[in-house]
Amino acid sequence: MTPAPTGSAPAPTAPTARTGIDWVAVVAALVTVAAFVRAIWFTPPDLLQGYAQKIMYVHVPTIWVAFLALGLSALAGAFWLFLKDPRLDRFAESSAEVGVVFTTGVLITGPIWAKPIWGAWWVWDARLTLTLVLWFLFLGYLVLRGAIDDRELRARYSAVVGLLGALLIPFVHLSVYIFRTQHPMPVVANPEGIQMPAVMQVTFFFSLFAFTLMYVAFVRARMALATDRDALEDASTAER
Amino acid sequence: MTDPTRGILVSAWVIARKDLAIEFRTRSAFLSAIVFTLLSIVVFFFAWDPTAVGPLDLAPGVLWVTFTFSGMLGLHRAFAVEARDGAMDALLLAPVPRESIFLGKLLANLAFVLGVQTVALPAVSLFYNLPLGAAALPIAGVLVLASIGLVSVGTLFAGMTANTRMTELLLPVLALPFFIPVVIPAAQSTADLLAGRPLADVFVWLRILLAFDLVFLFACTVAFPFTLED
Amino acid sequence: MTALVHATALVRTFGTRRAVDDLSFSLDAGDCLALFGPNGAGKTTALRLLAGLLKPSSGTATIDGIALPATTARVRVGLISHRVMLYDALTARENLRFTAALYGLAAPEDAVQRALEALRVADRADVPVRALSRGLQQRVAIARAIVHTPDVLLCDEPYTGLDEQGGVALTALLRERREAGAALIVVTHNLQEGLALATQAAIMRNGRFVRHEPSAGVDPLRYAAEYRDLVA
Repeated sequence: MTPAPTGSAPAPTAPTARTGIDWVAVVAALVTVAAFVRAIWFTPPDLLQGYAQKIMYVHVPTIWVAFLALGLSALAGAFWLFLKDPRLDRFAESSAEVGVVFTTGVLITGPIWAKPIWGAWWVWDARLTLTLVLWFLFLGYLVLRGAIDDRELRARYSAVVGLLGALLIPFVHLSVYIFRTQHPMPVVANPEGIQMPAVMQVTFFFSLFAFTLMYVAFVRARMALATDRDALEDASTAER
Repeated sequence: MTDPTRGILVSAWVIARKDLAIEFRTRSAFLSAIVFTLLSIVVFFFAWDPTAVGPLDLAPGVLWVTFTFSGMLGLHRAFAVEARDGAMDALLLAPVPRESIFLGKLLANLAFVLGVQTVALPAVSLFYNLPLGAAALPIAGVLVLASIGLVSVGTLFAGMTANTRMTELLLPVLALPFFIPVVIPAAQSTADLLAGRPLADVFVWLRILLAFDLVFLFACTVAFPFTLED
Repeated sequence: MTALVHATALVRTFGTRRAVDDLSFSLDAGDCLALFGPNGAGKTTALRLLAGLLKPSSGTATIDGIALPATTARVRVGLISHRVMLYDALTARENLRFTAALYGLAAPEDAVQRALEALRVADRADVPVRALSRGLQQRVAIARAIVHTPDVLLCDEPYTGLDEQGGVALTALLRERREAGAALIVVTHNLQEGLALATQAAIMRNGRFVRHEPSAGVDPLRYAAEYRDLVA
């Protein structure tokens, strides 16, 4: 999204001169790989849905991270309005970007599961529609950020959009829900009925933990980038 | 200004009146919005096979898609007028609350959108051969409710995007997600009303519209001062 | 007695740049501060801080003891900006009427007429502003800024674009306001003009006053030479 400070240029002024390995990212990657291995080879397939159900170990944690990321982004923006701490805005930016990536993941893994189980790639289900709207909302949020150079103004506008977005969610959910009850949907199987055996539960929560770690690692890396970018910007305006 | 609420509304009215005077003088945005609306209604008619899809099924969708996009056309104008010669500074200098600047812009935009709708609704009725009859008044009510929600969010975002690059593109990208819970109830209740269903059947939708209006009218008014540079 | 305009350690930063850096001064009724300085010295930012358009990063600005940007302080300030701040589709009179309504003036038509006459644009007041020349637009802009007879008048390059007649009208207006007990700040590049009006003179550079003194007895020619040395 934003150009990374390249090479050694910002080293003398960057407050976060980093060397070596990002251990959080390494651990997150290892845990995620372990969760996948367990989900694929060491967890039995579902009785009803067969192997298709296994995507749940990716899909549901992705949803969790997406909603967590976008929610925290909006929250950080709200706090920024009152505290004006630039770190809050950098967090909001990073979390929103990671959130959009994970929301994209939700929108990809969802249809992959829905095709064999519901019989259609896309269903205007209340939760699906909500996810889609969230995706649009935060894509717009990121486009807005990209269109403003002034750091303070960018933080200010982002915070307002994030907050209004939070207010929007219940309305989208409600209207889509009522819409759905009036227009029956081609739903083949109802996913709510599935009871998870213990072995699946362990895999599921392991995966949830792994994805949350990934979120932390991504946001950390993205925030470091934002910090460097701001420092670089400061350094070049100070020279002028 | 003993009563602060009254002060807010009075200065909002002064600002709205000024905006409408400018609009009346130039007329460019209003006329193009009307032409755009009529054109879309005509173009939509040929996008469907009239023997396969009845006008009753088609009309609500056409009305609300046109409504959404023509509404967007007027929103830019409100803050473009202020941006040109730095007039926004003069508004901020004046001893009026920030909220009245927002409400003034909102009122002018509301007049603009409703003005376009008074042309669009009869046009849909005419071109799609759908006599409105007893449904005319309830549908007009739905239009007013939907316009308030659309204009509240749209005015706030128009004020923000006026200060960015890509103003024209950014406003719809930001605002359209917010119009989903306005357009769904509005289109559904219009369809029900056109089909001759009683008003009681659409109350559930009207309640959503009303709640949306109240929440976003309040939230956007409160949020507006936060979007101003200080 | 509190000063009409009072700035205490005003600082305004944009990112890491300190546009206004530790500015302190005060003006009483009838004072006029002529503010000189090169481009980018922070003069416009200083005026915007005193008009309540910008919040200081630190320090305070007060108008007659009331801290900005309170409404009761803003109502007493007039700003002539380097932009005309007019609606070009409306006439001069409509623009001024709108301002008068925003300030809730008791006799708006009289105030509008008085302001238009002071700037000698009353005869051109009923054509859209866009049809006026740049100089006439500037006169209308000044009329707009004084329609509510502010106690504090902030002028950012007010002579820009004015012709001879307009300049004379503006000088007369500023003198009249000052004698009526208003406090003035005039930012200008014309040292002669500024010093002729001023009771205080200051030179700004990099957000600070590098020189600030009562202007009585200051020799314009010597001041000009010293100004060149200071900002070089």
